[in-house]
Amino acid sequence: MGNTDRFFFDRFGLTEANLSQYLGAALSEGGEYADLYFEHTTSSSLLVDESLVKTATEGISMGCGVRVVAGEQTGYAYTDDLAPEKIMKAARIAGRIASGPARVSTVGLSALDAKHNFYPVALPSTDRDLTDKLKLVVQADTAARAYDPRIKQVRATYGDQIRHVMIAGSDGRVVTDFQPLVRLNVFTIAQDGSNLQSGSSGGGGRVGLEFFSGERSPESFAKEAARQAIIQLEAREAPAGEMEVVLGPGWPGILLHEAIGHGLEADFNRKGISAFSGKMGQRVASDICTVVDDGTIPSRRGSLNVDDEGEPTQKTTLIENGILRAYLQDKLSSDITRTTRTGNGRRESYEHIPMPRMTNTYMLAGQDAPDDIIRSVKRGLYAANFGGGQVDITNGKFVFSASEAYLIEDGRITTPVKGATLIGDGPTVLTRVTAVGNDLKLDPGIGTCGKDGQSVPVGVGIPTIKVSSLTVGGTAPRGGQSFA
Amino acid sequence: MEPQLEKIAVELVDRAMRAGATAADVTVHESDDFSTALRLGQIEKLKEAASKALGLRVFRGVRSASSFSSDFSAQSLERLVERTLAMAAVTSEDPASGLPDAALLGSSVGDLELYSEDVAALSTEERIDYARRAEQAALSADPRIKNSEGAWFEASVGRKAYANSLGFAGSYRSSYCAGSVAPVAEDGGMQRDYWYSVSRRRSALESPEAVGRKAAERTLRKLGGRKMATCQVPVIFDPETAPSLVGHIFEAVRGDAIYRSASFLTGKLNQKVANERVTILDDGLRPGGFGTRPFDGEGIPSSVTPVVEKGVLSNYLLNCYTARKLNMRTTGNASRGVSGPPNVGPKNFYMAPGPHSAEEIRKSVKSGFYVTELIGFGVNIVTGDYSRGAAGMWIENGEFAYPVEEVTIAGNLAEMLNHIEMVGSDLEFRSAIVAPTLMISGLTVAGT
Repeated sequence: MGNTDRFFFDRFGLTEANLSQYLGAALSEGGEYADLYFEHTTSSSLLVDESLVKTATEGISMGCGVRVVAGEQTGYAYTDDLAPEKIMKAARIAGRIASGPARVSTVGLSALDAKHNFYPVALPSTDRDLTDKLKLVVQADTAARAYDPRIKQVRATYGDQIRHVMIAGSDGRVVTDFQPLVRLNVFTIAQDGSNLQSGSSGGGGRVGLEFFSGERSPESFAKEAARQAIIQLEAREAPAGEMEVVLGPGWPGILLHEAIGHGLEADFNRKGISAFSGKMGQRVASDICTVVDDGTIPSRRGSLNVDDEGEPTQKTTLIENGILRAYLQDKLSSDITRTTRTGNGRRESYEHIPMPRMTNTYMLAGQDAPDDIIRSVKRGLYAANFGGGQVDITNGKFVFSASEAYLIEDGRITTPVKGATLIGDGPTVLTRVTAVGNDLKLDPGIGTCGKDGQSVPVGVGIPTIKVSSLTVGGTAPRGGQSFA
Repeated sequence: MEPQLEKIAVELVDRAMRAGATAADVTVHESDDFSTALRLGQIEKLKEAASKALGLRVFRGVRSASSFSSDFSAQSLERLVERTLAMAAVTSEDPASGLPDAALLGSSVGDLELYSEDVAALSTEERIDYARRAEQAALSADPRIKNSEGAWFEASVGRKAYANSLGFAGSYRSSYCAGSVAPVAEDGGMQRDYWYSVSRRRSALESPEAVGRKAAERTLRKLGGRKMATCQVPVIFDPETAPSLVGHIFEAVRGDAIYRSASFLTGKLNQKVANERVTILDDGLRPGGFGTRPFDGEGIPSSVTPVVEKGVLSNYLLNCYTARKLNMRTTGNASRGVSGPPNVGPKNFYMAPGPHSAEEIRKSVKSGFYVTELIGFGVNIVTGDYSRGAAGMWIENGEFAYPVEEVTIAGNLAEMLNHIEMVGSDLEFRSAIVAPTLMISGLTVAGT
């Protein structure tokens, strides 16, 4: 089996003969394809609150999910016990979706050697002492409190995960991967009299603990979280209504994730229920916009060597100079629509059926200097940081919530305003992008995307961009006092 | 089967105590889950599995740590205890930590109707058939219903056990089933909405045809949606969107938000926080409720806790830890997943119904916005600032005039609580957090 990671063979006494036997049971009532997804995940988390290490948690989750595909139908079962009889039982349950003669897997299993490793980690976080992880949260707590006496509450959390996976398909493919993931988050509350405001920051990726140094040190994230809370103490009411909006670089790329990304997932498009269905080759953005989904960026939170169906990830151009070029594919959708797979078949865990998901989604840098973009706006909103977002796939309406935003008045960033939700229409919002900055930045690495009850780590990125019109959901009507 | 889960919990507590813990508790969960998805009459997905997991918490004096695993073998549990105790040596001393006072432990008696045999007894064919009929009813409701995102049926039966080193051990079973459908309508633009029925008993589910028709109706009324001009108008939240507002109130009264001053309701106990129309209760005993349980995640018997009484904030919701932090008594709101220490969770948290029918409330509005959908996460519990994406119907002279989409509604929760002008009589317990139709004045609707 080549240089495949032997984790599951060594640890659970699995053999190649077992894999063939399980796949045989899965296809015993027919079906075109079956696969086994073995997962073993070790995770740990720490919480510092009120300067006390209040919580330390560690756990192991493991199991095997068996999938059988018959036409457009999927049968799925899983077990959290890797004993042969339990996996055989799951295979038979999953196989009930099909009804026909047994399909004997004639292809011999062969390891698909990884072409690359996008997240080599010298010392995985799980092999580090708990005290090394504790230092991170304690340093963050200290730094946030030292930032300003008005910082009254600090909460810092650390979380890591080491996931071993092995995917064995009835097409003969056996793929393994070792997926590290760490993150550090800091939450702050600033108080000035009765005025209380909050801030948050953090970072991470498919890295080891050495990641948290320099610009990514616990102190930097802590200061950023503290800075946001302090700024909010001065915030006025956000404006309400349509206006010019400038998005800062990095996190605001969540715009792409909500407005474009989900709508381009192949399952929705194959079913004709996405606002982007049937728009392939058509203009969906202004010609200065090129958007990609890239699972191959080294060490990024959204990156993967292979997706959760064993397909190598890639860089997929979704929108090229404003024209829609590709959907995000998993195996099922690509088989049905006879399209090439893009390595976007992902699942939360062995308990879940894979589906098309994003990895790292971002817009390529453009020509404009960020300062020029801001100078070009007479009255508008500058959104520097965002919280979560959501989209209605079918009508294309999406929202994302600014957590740090400012008014732009006469070409200058002026007063900070309270957080507000921005709402727009996915298929048309990018046609209103009138400037793209030369300052592409990716997010700090703490994003999680939810779809159909499944959460997966993702990344986003964007340069500074200007949208000529977007609805801002504040409370101050235009012409009102706070937005005169 | 029940004693067996309890036995696992008790034995692991004993094991931890023998290994040197000064106190310990264990929760064990087990469930059998089924789900199917159909689309345009064809089965898309059929999923079935049994799973189990346990969570351990150990104390060394006032230091603690926790762990979880799905591997129940003696060897694995021994390692788990060892590692968890090692972690508890490096966490901080926290005087508020610890198990509840032994005198508070117990389980409420009587049948809470959490489990019904008819859920497990339902055959796979019957489950598939429910989804199929619901989708068929939606597709045949109107020629403009041209597609479907799918129809689903889910069923689950499970058991939970809890034991601690003070001698408490208990367990209970529960069941759950739900059918839903999401049709897609086309008429120029494309719209999707959904409807569902959910219960702890199969026999209490609405007919699949009723679910399908309602889903179709909800989807069709969205066709032709348009933006509207930015304005301040009365906003009506329907019983599907009103619960999210009450959910924000839950987030604001949970003990951990209070002791961290991370809530706009911090320090407001026994003060008027809403107008007199507002009464909010948290009831752990409602038969068949989705937030009902005989005891909470720390072995405290369920009870009814008034949260807001005629506008006055009467209780925060607490587990033992947050109660100690605030010098109060636990309200039995410890929620306990397997991973990590007890959290604070709702029982059946709801706004008491008012005197008005939904129709009466609509008729009372000259110009206003009736919200049927909210999206996004623009709510800040620290400040109460509220800004979310919304869709629904414009009301003109008390009647629905046209569908509205791509707008936001914004305000502040503290002010919104004081501007609840009408409370509906149409309360239904469809989840653990519910509310009837509500009409609120003073909100900004942002559109063009």
